[in-house]
Amino acid sequence: MPKDNGIGASPKRREDVRFLTGAGNYTDDINVHGQAHVHFLRADVAHATINSIDTSAAEAMPGVVKIFTGADFAEVGGIPCGWGVTDRHGNPQQEPRHPIIAHDTIRHVGEIVAAVVADTLEQARDAAEAIELDLGDKPAVVNMGAALADGSPKVHEDLTSNLCYDWVFGNPDDDAVQAAFDSAAHVTTLELVNNRLVANPMEPRVAIGDYSRATDEHTLYTTSQNPHVIRLLMCAFVLGLPEHKVRVIAPDVGGGFGSKIFHYAEEAFCTFAAKACGRAVKWTSTRAEAFISDAHGRDHVTKIELALDADNNFTALRTNTMANMGAYLSTFSTSVPSYLHGTLMAGNYKTPIVQVNVKTVFTNTVPVDAYRGAGRPEATYQLERVIDKAARELGADPVALRRQNFITEFPYETPVALTYDTGDYVATMDKLEQVADVAGFAARRAESEKNGKLRGFGVNCYIEACGIAPSNIVGMLGARAGLYDAATVRVNATGSISVMVGAHSHGQGHETSFPQVVADMIGIDESMVDIVHGDTGRVPFGMGTYGSRSIAVCGSAMVRATEKIIAKAKKIAAHLMEASDADIELKDGQFTVAGTDKSVAWGDVCLTAYVPHNYPLEELEPGLEETAFYDPANFTYPAGAYACEVEVDPDTGKVSIERFAAADDFGNIINPMIVDGQVHGGLGQGIGQALLENAAYDEDGQLLSASFMDYAMPRADDVPFYQVDHSCQTPCTHNPLGVKGCGEAGAIGSPPAVVNAVIDALQSGGKNVAHIDMPLSPARVWAAMNG
Amino acid sequence: MYEFEFEKPSTVTEAVAALADEDAQALGGGQTLIPTLKQRLAMPSKLVSLSGIAQLKELSGNGGMLTIGGAVTHAEVAAAAAVSYPALADLASHIGDPAVRNRGTIGGSLANNDPAACYPAAALGSGATIVTNAREITADDYFRGLFETALEEGEIITAVRFPVPEKANYQKFLQPASRFALVGVFAAKYAAGVRVAVTGASEEGVFRWHEAEAALDASFAPDALDGLSVDAGGMIGDLHGSKEYRAHLVGVMTKRAVAAAG
Ligand SMILES: Cc1cc2nc3c(=O)[nH]c(=O)nc-3n(C[C@H](O)[C@H](O)[C@H](O)COP(=O)(O)OP(=O)(O)OC[C@H]3O[C@@H](n4cnc5c(N)ncnc54)[C@H](O)[C@@H]3O)c2cc1C
Repeated sequence: MPKDNGIGASPKRREDVRFLTGAGNYTDDINVHGQAHVHFLRADVAHATINSIDTSAAEAMPGVVKIFTGADFAEVGGIPCGWGVTDRHGNPQQEPRHPIIAHDTIRHVGEIVAAVVADTLEQARDAAEAIELDLGDKPAVVNMGAALADGSPKVHEDLTSNLCYDWVFGNPDDDAVQAAFDSAAHVTTLELVNNRLVANPMEPRVAIGDYSRATDEHTLYTTSQNPHVIRLLMCAFVLGLPEHKVRVIAPDVGGGFGSKIFHYAEEAFCTFAAKACGRAVKWTSTRAEAFISDAHGRDHVTKIELALDADNNFTALRTNTMANMGAYLSTFSTSVPSYLHGTLMAGNYKTPIVQVNVKTVFTNTVPVDAYRGAGRPEATYQLERVIDKAARELGADPVALRRQNFITEFPYETPVALTYDTGDYVATMDKLEQVADVAGFAARRAESEKNGKLRGFGVNCYIEACGIAPSNIVGMLGARAGLYDAATVRVNATGSISVMVGAHSHGQGHETSFPQVVADMIGIDESMVDIVHGDTGRVPFGMGTYGSRSIAVCGSAMVRATEKIIAKAKKIAAHLMEASDADIELKDGQFTVAGTDKSVAWGDVCLTAYVPHNYPLEELEPGLEETAFYDPANFTYPAGAYACEVEVDPDTGKVSIERFAAADDFGNIINPMIVDGQVHGGLGQGIGQALLENAAYDEDGQLLSASFMDYAMPRADDVPFYQVDHSCQTPCTHNPLGVKGCGEAGAIGSPPAVVNAVIDALQSGGKNVAHIDMPLSPARVWAAMNG
Repeated sequence: MYEFEFEKPSTVTEAVAALADEDAQALGGGQTLIPTLKQRLAMPSKLVSLSGIAQLKELSGNGGMLTIGGAVTHAEVAAAAAVSYPALADLASHIGDPAVRNRGTIGGSLANNDPAACYPAAALGSGATIVTNAREITADDYFRGLFETALEEGEIITAVRFPVPEKANYQKFLQPASRFALVGVFAAKYAAGVRVAVTGASEEGVFRWHEAEAALDASFAPDALDGLSVDAGGMIGDLHGSKEYRAHLVGVMTKRAVAAAG
């Protein structure tokens, strides 16, 4: 019987009622009395010196309140980078200043050159057209290889080169690694591109700065996944404001996918400008601005080599990657190609030697940072592609080759610094083969061939590390933040509960799933529990939502706080029933004394806590409110196996995905329906990356796919009905819920399955194609077939 | 958007008069023009909406001729021509999304002459006549390259007359992002001969593929096209496909159009 309440039940998402009926409160829905509007004049060239900016004509235009240029921000800090990576020689990463408004130099199309604040947005736009810019052309640095070549023009004149860092991870001994390759029976090499993406959440970014002269308090309304992180970075590094004078509110947020983690210039600008103008200042990004100002994702160029012995055991893996940082270091940019990517290179396999080399590169492009999966999709893609290529070269079955090399004993310490606590990769692969109906493939291929289509089957495994932790270790690796989370459980006098959480829900359904946990622990109905999130004025300091961390980290804090509540409530119940609190049991919202028929209800205990007439005041404080901060002992390791079946039209190169199956191990699951949805969404984005999406620059640094006319988002008819299974469950061993996280799995695990399937299809048609770079657009597939 | 005046006349004569003002511009469904205005890429002094003119909303068929008013929407064509000219109705039903089809008009599409738009292929492939407030222009004379047409300043497309073919079909290969035609081919068989019009592919805009027409005149069957190809030289090459790919698709889509036309 499926449960209808608590952990494991699938209540419908309560937040959807307001989202689907137009009753959500998104940042753009907020209007502050007397607000002015800002229009950002953005660079339309990728690289130039700013010789002069003349704003005098613009200032005289109707409605203009104030015009800001880089000079106005010379005294405040730049946007900080949240992770300092140490390179292979022990040196710190090169870290350029990241100004709020470009000062002397423009470094990417879309960079803010001036900001016009006016009574109306149209007036601000009109005035922006009257700003006179005198620019000096500089050559744009776009291609990463060229950027690293000697004598390349530099993105930042004050840095020694365009190299941010050159990093080595895993086995640092080049000779030992080479020796493993020299003695291999077979080496498979693959060069590939992990295509650059634009996150494109449905809601573009918005920021509203408000300032009260009366209290000297700032309020920033912003589309953020982590309001406390924004407040800390903006106050401590950019504007030098005391945190207690700044409140950051991220109300309903319409999707983030990573792109709303980062602290952006527009947030600091609106906060700063509200005080400078004496009025609230509002900015709503247009979709066109989003393309050239939201941090992009991925953009790796990699050479990967896999060594195997004569029995097809993996003996060594070596990668060389160039990762694009764009023009400046966005908040978590430097951690993505290093610690979020290198640590995952072992995948699900017991390869004894792994060496990861990453060079991060500055270019005159939009900054690149975490996007759903962040580093882990890049790792998974390379690894699962090279394994597939090896299988083909060796004439081995790709599934059998993977199975043979699976890690089977846990805990398992990888050569790239992680300790996988649990997993069962054989079980997920077994499940996948069943769900994907591998047995029926041959018949389906024959049917496709009858219709003149090539059919291919592709499989891959993935592992991801979620809930980055513990803070002391990540601190040693360069994180400039802790990675715990926090929750306050506030029980009201009549027994209903508000849980203030540091995680932020922007599509994940926390408002439904988090209460399921608390309600389950106490044995009350979920409708008695609500969460509060997204407001630094209301919730304890938490790190927000990204990296599939919310239930594993913040959910654990919530469990800890609820445990404290229950412990205290038991003391109150013990007092009421004149028993020892050690004998009190809580079940279905009733406190009982073990071995007796005495009981007292949850509501009565809560009321007693707040109306403490009959109460042990000398031993116990009144009230029922507890906070817990939770810093995990380790990452969690969701893993699984995915299979994709495609048809390729040999006449046009068009790929259509006919079937897609996923077998995931997420440990314990709170709300299976929400987990299904998270996987579906992730698969859609992964399929988008594999077949459609591509943020392409020309050699002058102009984004060619700068609107939906050229940037192809996946649509409903681009994706199949998925077969998703998460019945394989090896619970996490170190968090109280045994949960692992599921938000990114789909996006991590699907691109290699799609590409593997397309290659299989082409090979079945006698086309000797070993690899095609994503996106596998019809044009690229056709070119590969006819190359 | 920049500020503009707005007029919504109820007759063609009034509309023509309103358009006589300098920098006045006709507004059809606004599906191309409004986004252009929002991006401040155009600065008309006045928009003259054509949607209140009853004459431009008429759609009629007789004697093998289908006449569609200049302000008839794609959705209306999709519904009304389903029986009289199924290939045209099918084309209209695959333009954009429901919002685009419910607002966008045939006159707006033909006046705009986007090199990847669908209607230009139908008009040229059907040998249609573009009727304006001032004259009648054959499709062969009307299309003049990318976004260029024979229309004069302030001239309004009042109707488009399509001779209904014996058989016809439109094959649209989607550009993955915009879902306009990466290559679209309209093939129509008339008693007088076969017409094949190609959109999306050429740097010169919509064009007739005369070699294919000649081959199909001899035998209206996909095989008739074997060995024929268009020169990749004049094709569009961009992010979504090389010149060679587009040239190849012209062949594939033409065959498919002929096969589907039956
Ligand atoms: C998301 C999206 C997807 C689309 N997909 C497709 C597609 O797949 N295939 C396709 O073919 N098109 C597509 N379109 C374009 C669509 O068909 C437009 O509606 C059409 O191109 C313009 O028609 P309109 O009536 O909206 O014209 P408007 O935008 O109002 O006007 C366009 C131009 O034509 C002029 N004009 C308008 N009506 C007349 C007239 N009667 N006489 C003279 N001049 C006139 C205007 O002055 C203006 O210069 C798409 C558009 C969008 C927004």
